[in-house]
Amino acid sequence: MSENRKIKVLVCKPGLDGHDRGAKVIARALRDAGMEVIYTGIHQTPDDVVNTIIQEDPDAVMLSILSGAHNALCPIIMDKLKEQGIDDVLVAVGGIIPDEDKPILEEHGLKGFLGPGTELKEIVEFVKTNLKR
Amino acid sequence: MTEIDEHKTLRPKKGERQESFRNLSDIEIKRLYTPEDIKNLNYEMDLGEPGKFPFTRGAYSNMYRGRLWTMRQFAGFGTAAQTNERYKFLLEHGQTGLSVAFSLHTIYGYEADNEYALGEVGKEGVSIDTLKDMETLFNSIDLSKISTSMTINAPASILLAMYIVTAEKQGHSPDLLRGTIQNDILKEYIAQKSWIFPPEESMRLIVDTIEYCTKHVPQWYTISISGYHIREAGSTAVQELAFTLADGFAYVEAAMERGLNVDDFAPRLSFFFNAHNNFFEEICKYRAARRIWAKRMKNKYSAKKLESLRLRFHTQTAGVSLSAQEPENNIARVTMQGLAAVLGGTQSLHTNSFDEALCLPTEKAVKIALRTQQIIAQESGAADTVDPLAGSYYIEALTNRMEEEAEAYFEKIAELGGVIPAIKANFFQKEIANASYKYQQEIEKNERIVVGVNDFQLREACSTPLLKIDDQVSKDQIDLLNKIRKNRDNEMVKAKLEKLKIAAQGSENLMPCIIDCVREYASIGEIISTLKEVFGTYDEDSIF
Amino acid sequence: MGYEALIDRLLKGDTRAAARLITIVENDIASAEEIINSIYKYTGKAYILGITGAPGSGKSTLISTLTTIFVKEEKKVGIICVDPTSPLTGGALLGDRIRMKKHFTSNNVFIRSMANRGQLGGLARATEDIIKILDVYGCDIVIIETVGVGQSEVDIFRSAQSVLVLLVPGMGDDIQAIKAGIMEITDIFIVNKMDLPGADRKVSEIMQMLELSMNFKYDYENINPGNAKMCKWTPKIVKLNSKTGENFENLLEIINEHRVFLKETGVIENYHLIRIRNETLQILKHKLTKKVEDLINSNSQIDEYIRLVMDKSMDPYSMANLIIKLLGIE
Repeated sequence: MSENRKIKVLVCKPGLDGHDRGAKVIARALRDAGMEVIYTGIHQTPDDVVNTIIQEDPDAVMLSILSGAHNALCPIIMDKLKEQGIDDVLVAVGGIIPDEDKPILEEHGLKGFLGPGTELKEIVEFVKTNLKR
Repeated sequence: MTEIDEHKTLRPKKGERQESFRNLSDIEIKRLYTPEDIKNLNYEMDLGEPGKFPFTRGAYSNMYRGRLWTMRQFAGFGTAAQTNERYKFLLEHGQTGLSVAFSLHTIYGYEADNEYALGEVGKEGVSIDTLKDMETLFNSIDLSKISTSMTINAPASILLAMYIVTAEKQGHSPDLLRGTIQNDILKEYIAQKSWIFPPEESMRLIVDTIEYCTKHVPQWYTISISGYHIREAGSTAVQELAFTLADGFAYVEAAMERGLNVDDFAPRLSFFFNAHNNFFEEICKYRAARRIWAKRMKNKYSAKKLESLRLRFHTQTAGVSLSAQEPENNIARVTMQGLAAVLGGTQSLHTNSFDEALCLPTEKAVKIALRTQQIIAQESGAADTVDPLAGSYYIEALTNRMEEEAEAYFEKIAELGGVIPAIKANFFQKEIANASYKYQQEIEKNERIVVGVNDFQLREACSTPLLKIDDQVSKDQIDLLNKIRKNRDNEMVKAKLEKLKIAAQGSENLMPCIIDCVREYASIGEIISTLKEVFGTYDEDSIF
Repeated sequence: MGYEALIDRLLKGDTRAAARLITIVENDIASAEEIINSIYKYTGKAYILGITGAPGSGKSTLISTLTTIFVKEEKKVGIICVDPTSPLTGGALLGDRIRMKKHFTSNNVFIRSMANRGQLGGLARATEDIIKILDVYGCDIVIIETVGVGQSEVDIFRSAQSVLVLLVPGMGDDIQAIKAGIMEITDIFIVNKMDLPGADRKVSEIMQMLELSMNFKYDYENINPGNAKMCKWTPKIVKLNSKTGENFENLLEIINEHRVFLKETGVIENYHLIRIRNETLQILKHKLTKKVEDLINSNSQIDEYIRLVMDKSMDPYSMANLIIKLLGIE
């Protein structure tokens, strides 16, 4: 990896949940930590998310879901990524994820659960230390 | 006074806990307030009697001595049948008004089997697609005897139409119906983001509902002009106050432009505020709101009726202030916030359940939230006299200060050309983005303490039982939707939708057409799609 | 290294391969060289548009609408969105993609966001390489979107066949800024939000500016003198509304007009010449700078020279000349 290399992160909100304050705050914090952040905003379908990942080739993806739709949306996104043979992207999810839902999401390849109360600097550290490439 | 001198007087005396004490609107709070702080206060002009201009002391003359605030707990989840059960439970346990939360797909005008609805059906609120769902929702509940608040915005006209037709089928005429639709699209562009159409077209629909209700549903509150969401998005208390009232005045102007007489519709506008943590700031915010509204309605819009000058509001305690860590602490927070709303003179109150930061509330948590209100009402004495804090040096000084700062915002908005131009110029969004980023930084630097979160933490596992919505709800709703589609008169549905489309291209009031569509069991998704063809949609800029 | 597999897939139109190759050329110039070595012979199909303007002028919406039209014409479109890197943090917020959401699931649209990584970071070189990848991937049209109208935009747009600049009524100093930078290479001026008051005034301002200048984009002196159809391109001005799509037919006509002009007058070859020359210059600058830096860091003779300069026995210019001799260039 050459020194010019910046960490590229995609921050987006799949589903209909429109509460984007957290996602925007995280995007800003990652930018302030020197990363290149692609923010695609609210109302992303799983196909929107996957195609963006294919084209932008980010190192990490932060999905923000506060509506409870994570059980439906995250596995679909992870399965589609698997179909495409994409396995070197760190995918983390932020928002409200009850403990009992975490094992299934982990099985699908999701790595971090950065819920309420996670400090911004923790999130930055998490991204830096858990990159897959 | 020079900057240096000012700093000297504000520098903490020896032994103070902090460098400075600032409230959530970043206003510096003094150690002590004295008569000096309110030396220009004129009782008649600035405060007045409760129930009289300028209403600072309260919307009504006897407030809670006459009638307690409405204890209105927000509810809605799963299918209409499940919510109907919860409503009956709440009515039995003493709730006095119903409040409906809708599922995200309903809010955005998508049918339960649309790709955007994936994972959302029944979550966050009740799933409504057609009139049949509305009939189920209020099954065995007499709509002429209760008041219902529907938290719906972009498709509000459609849900109102469904409510009217449901009541009609129960044998009640629309003039008996009491309740409110939130129907406040401007705050969607500013904060909550659940708009569908562009601003101007959305305003047309809102004025249509105002006009229709003024004639046919005269007891209905047509807009719940909201600050709650603006605050939840991260604004300060002053911004909540200013932006909400600015939106209110924008609606008044739009309705007056349609030719409506201000005294005909203004009495049916209501407000919806947040009750956040800083106890005194919140009380002052409500008092300032009443005074600002009364003065402007009288002086700028020449409203004559008392009811047009009187600001009524519903309050919900701040969801954003609840912690997921040590959730029982939230009971204490909600109590404090609820009390502030009562001392501020709210007309109705929703207190959050303590587990709400984790998911939709369980029955036990909902009961505690309701009991909190009942304890404030019956055991604290706060409801036994009107506006007990009036005359306090602190309260009156801060009320004045908040009014001043709100007026400064009104000027900035006017300079931009009004609320809609300001929205398009991203004015509100930038203010909120900056305020919320600043707040987050303060929390992380421990300049602001949230007990149990960034201070006094206990690292113990959280074992709150959670309410889970399973996927059966989605399947059931889709099955029902398909059944409706099969059994209704599809030719009629098509015809009514076509009629709606033509009306939307013109300028006539759309409510009658919407009611006709709803009666034939057209779905919200179908009606919204039809309107999208005429109105288009709206893309916003991303402001960080 | 072995990029053959990726390049193979790129030639077959594999989107992921294109994306991965773009990541490589953006970050690693040595690999970029290897990759361009292999794919250069396949380039040349794509038509390249450069679009820029001040923040808030509506570029992304315009591009989204244009793209819809191109896709209807069954063209494959590649879009590169360049946004500024924060000089304080080194990070960047890349949000142009949002406004193109309706194209996210289209098989015919490839959108890639880039940070400019500080003006001196070799942005023009990286953009040029990315254009080539999208070209070989199969794009009929490649659009480069940037922010600003200054010198760095001029550098990026040397790769573009048509340069479009967006202005908005009511924005103050934009004409001045354009005069100081991108004016010489702009082919089409677009006044967006045509319904706003001041749109016509903006058009007159542009016309005035053009009267007082000459378009230096094309090296007319050195174009094939035998071409009798030679004529100059006068920059065109078009008013439109990027949100409603109003007057887009006019814009497309003009873009086509420009494309035809370039071809029929032979100016397109001149453009290619300029492009190749500039591109090579960029690469040379980078390589030679690197060589010199390596030399200075490793050659002990240089330390000698530096001591002499410190003693005032030699001046910096003379030292530089000696170093050039060391490099073997005269």
